[in-house]
Amino acid sequence: MSRPELQAPPEIYYGDTEAKKYTQNTRNQQIQRDMTYRALELLNLPPDQPAFLLDIGCGSGLSGEILDEEGYLWAGVDIAPSMLEVALEREVEGDLFLHDIGQGFGFRPGSFDGAISISVLQWLLNAETSHPTSSPPHRLHRFFTTLHSAMRNPSRVILQFYPSSDDQIQLITSIAQKAGFGGGIVVDYPNSKKAKKVFLCLLVGGGGSQQQ
Amino acid sequence: MVRLITHNLLACHAKDCNTNNFPLEFKDIQLEIREAEFNSDFLKGFMPKLEWKALVDTARQLGDTSLPLEQPEMVDDGFLKSLHHVLLEIHVEEGSMTCPNCKHVYPILNGIPNMLLAEHEIG
Ligand SMILES: [Zn+2]
Repeated sequence: MSRPELQAPPEIYYGDTEAKKYTQNTRNQQIQRDMTYRALELLNLPPDQPAFLLDIGCGSGLSGEILDEEGYLWAGVDIAPSMLEVALEREVEGDLFLHDIGQGFGFRPGSFDGAISISVLQWLLNAETSHPTSSPPHRLHRFFTTLHSAMRNPSRVILQFYPSSDDQIQLITSIAQKAGFGGGIVVDYPNSKKAKKVFLCLLVGGGGSQQQ
Repeated sequence: MVRLITHNLLACHAKDCNTNNFPLEFKDIQLEIREAEFNSDFLKGFMPKLEWKALVDTARQLGDTSLPLEQPEMVDDGFLKSLHHVLLEIHVEEGSMTCPNCKHVYPILNGIPNMLLAEHEIG
């Protein structure tokens, strides 16, 4: 089966059936949980300090549940209404928004103390229409510039995604840097085709006092 | 779920809508009150992020008059309890939010605001 982001836009691909399937699949759940914990580790927030986080592509709330458990308050955005409906059913605590991240954010400067995103960025690499504003570089540019301004200085954004080539990593990283972010790519299990995970770790203003 | 904590952070993101685009104005709303866990450290840490006038005005529109017009310099427990309730326990379940500048209407269905823009509104 080809990669889901090549089959249809996310709000179409994750219709009611796929949204439930994705959420109930225990292997997906486990992978999503592991990656959320790893993203939180890379986020490197000061311990025992409350924080307000953004979950980019929060889907059905699998990561949000972990943010709840860890005592973080959060807001989540997703483009798939079916996934958000499942999140409502699961009674996650965060505020949910139906939002296309490629259209950019309207959050005021300094809104969030950190942001995470699990398996979402690759969806921005596919043009959805022939309209010029929907080309991947346009969408990535709007996403990163408005995200950068919504983040507190200093803070971090950790985005796990599935690039299909080094060119894609290059494109994403260069647009993020142009938007003002520092940081770079962290690859877990680089030699395992199955377990390999790519994290784009972005820093705002040095990324915080808790440097590793 | 949309609560005043996120409403207070949210400006309109339509194309060329950069001034007078905050706060979004609630219309025809239905509220639900749900208890949330009280955390005074979180609230104190969050206070510098708030646009106080927008928060007080919006809370009053929603029928809550517990917050003082000026953000107090000294915070006591009574004040933090009121702030907690306004930010985290009042949920707007239905209705809409209108941008004061470009008049874009963001509908709220089932507690979820629809922030999607039309093609010509994308920056
Ligand atoms: Zn507007």
